[in-house]
Amino acid sequence: MSISRKDVHYIAKLARVSLTETEEARLEKDLAEILDYVAKLNQVDTSNIEPTTHVLSLENIFRTDENRPSLQPAEVLRIAPKKSDGFVVVPLVIEGKGDA
Amino acid sequence: MRMKRRSEGPFYRIYNKHERGGRSEEGRRKLDVGRETWDDPLRESAMEYETVIGLEVHVQLLTRSKLFCGCSTLFGAQPNSQTCPVCLGLPGSLPVLNREAFRKAVKVGLALHGEISQVAKFDRKNYFYPDLPKNYQISQYDLPIARGGWLDVGFEGGPKRVRITRAHLEEDAGKLMHVGKGGSRVDFNRTGTPLLEIVSEPDISSPQEAALYLSELKAILLYLEVSDCNMEEGSLRCDANISVRRPGSKELGVKSELKNMNSFKAVERALEFEVSRHRRVLEEGGRLIQETRLWDERQAVTQPMRSKEEAHDYRYFPEPDLVPFRISQAEVDEIRSSLGELPRERLNRFQTEYELSAYDAGVLVSDKALSEFFEAVCRAVPRPKQVANWLTGPVLSEMNARHKTIRELGLKPEALAKLLMRIEDRTLTNTMAKEILPALIDSGKDPDEVVRGKGLKQVSDAGALEPVVEQVIRKNGQSVQDFLSGKERALGFLVGQVMKETGGKANPALAHQLLLKALAVKKGGAL
Repeated sequence: MSISRKDVHYIAKLARVSLTETEEARLEKDLAEILDYVAKLNQVDTSNIEPTTHVLSLENIFRTDENRPSLQPAEVLRIAPKKSDGFVVVPLVIEGKGDA
Repeated sequence: MRMKRRSEGPFYRIYNKHERGGRSEEGRRKLDVGRETWDDPLRESAMEYETVIGLEVHVQLLTRSKLFCGCSTLFGAQPNSQTCPVCLGLPGSLPVLNREAFRKAVKVGLALHGEISQVAKFDRKNYFYPDLPKNYQISQYDLPIARGGWLDVGFEGGPKRVRITRAHLEEDAGKLMHVGKGGSRVDFNRTGTPLLEIVSEPDISSPQEAALYLSELKAILLYLEVSDCNMEEGSLRCDANISVRRPGSKELGVKSELKNMNSFKAVERALEFEVSRHRRVLEEGGRLIQETRLWDERQAVTQPMRSKEEAHDYRYFPEPDLVPFRISQAEVDEIRSSLGELPRERLNRFQTEYELSAYDAGVLVSDKALSEFFEAVCRAVPRPKQVANWLTGPVLSEMNARHKTIRELGLKPEALAKLLMRIEDRTLTNTMAKEILPALIDSGKDPDEVVRGKGLKQVSDAGALEPVVEQVIRKNGQSVQDFLSGKERALGFLVGQVMKETGGKANPALAHQLLLKALAVKKGGAL
């Protein structure tokens, strides 16, 4: 399976990663090899096998609807790069987000 | 628990006969008959279009703690005071599902006639935005809580069935406030609050029908007690997909996705704006592009969201931190049995059992607590219609004037029942009872005590009324002459005068009877 330079750009953009040209070239090759390797799984006949999303044999791990102590606002704000009046401050966002 | 506040008012719009929903086939035909005179603001030319709408509703589930951690979901707390490593997405933290949120989601799925997934799982939806600290939202992709189902909306001419696509659980994002040049502020208190997203099929065919759908859905959610549905606090939010097409066309037109509508009215108005915008563009030979648009309430327009021209690619994948959730048929049955009576069922029952009009039943049913109050009063009072009139009239006025729910009003069903019985046994006139109502609410006392305290008691003793009747006849010679010369209406005026003289305390039927008797004597004398 091959992957184009355009795909590398697209994935890097989605992941908010900036790459040098050298890195792009290396990733183009690496990603193609990874995809080829994983594609081997397609050779296995899975027609009678239930899809697996988790490898642990665990199900239904719930908690009861009870409150537990939250962090102190000061502690939360301590790890924020910028803050003001108890809020975390981020670069200005004007547009609505493309999601609900 | 979320703080309770009075929601949008008691009218169940679905059942309000003054507001017609989407145009049914029949309705459309009726409109077509009068086409020349039909003034529809959406139709600026003879070209026919069909409107296709699908809604995505996000409802905050009423739980004490967040979806995956123990932080409080209380609205209005100090910013960033209800967060922890799990909802902030700090390294090393692990989410654990809130059982109550899961059960409430199943409850809604069942009430909407959906099929509950035997195995549900969670997935990561990846995107970058400052209100989403993990850079992914835990949501559900291919195995949601419920799939399929439907919702009946509208009333007159029979309900319209809108199919439901799915209902899935996800976590809410934080709250972003744009304050200007300095940057945007983020409050993460809301991050991780349980949301149920309910997606409809594109079965809705007008903005009005969309509003009816929302109103019906809200009523169901309130009856199930799974959410407070408070739009001002963001507990119920709605996005809409809308397109128009030529009738008979199989394919959907180019759609707009509308956001930022903060009330049912805003949803309706935004959709109306968008319908006419689509029609205008098409009629002018223009081309629509698929885009997300934001409703601007102040200017009453939708505007394209300024966003980069890249398709959303959320790269969903299974959430490895949450194992699958399997629900047994026994548990599904148990939750189903807890649904209780839903608004539409109650509406039908009120019409048959109490012989109420669709309108009265609709007003009562629009408020679950009010409909229960009604039934409690009816257990002690013989005429349900009278109870309905009192609740939809004076009691509702008091609720509105005081901005209180029926529970907050503090009026006990037993107290109202007793008051109405005092009308039945002629101790009070209807007018007197209405005058007493505010005092009854304020004092919380027994109605009889309030009546005594106010010195209000209907005068049903002929001996006490006769002198007043005589006096009224003496003072209103002209009206007496009018009556004697055949003007029946003059009698009503005289009864009114007796009521006035007694400060409303006279039993009107008795006053009427005594006046007739006295006038008959006069008539006899005149002859």
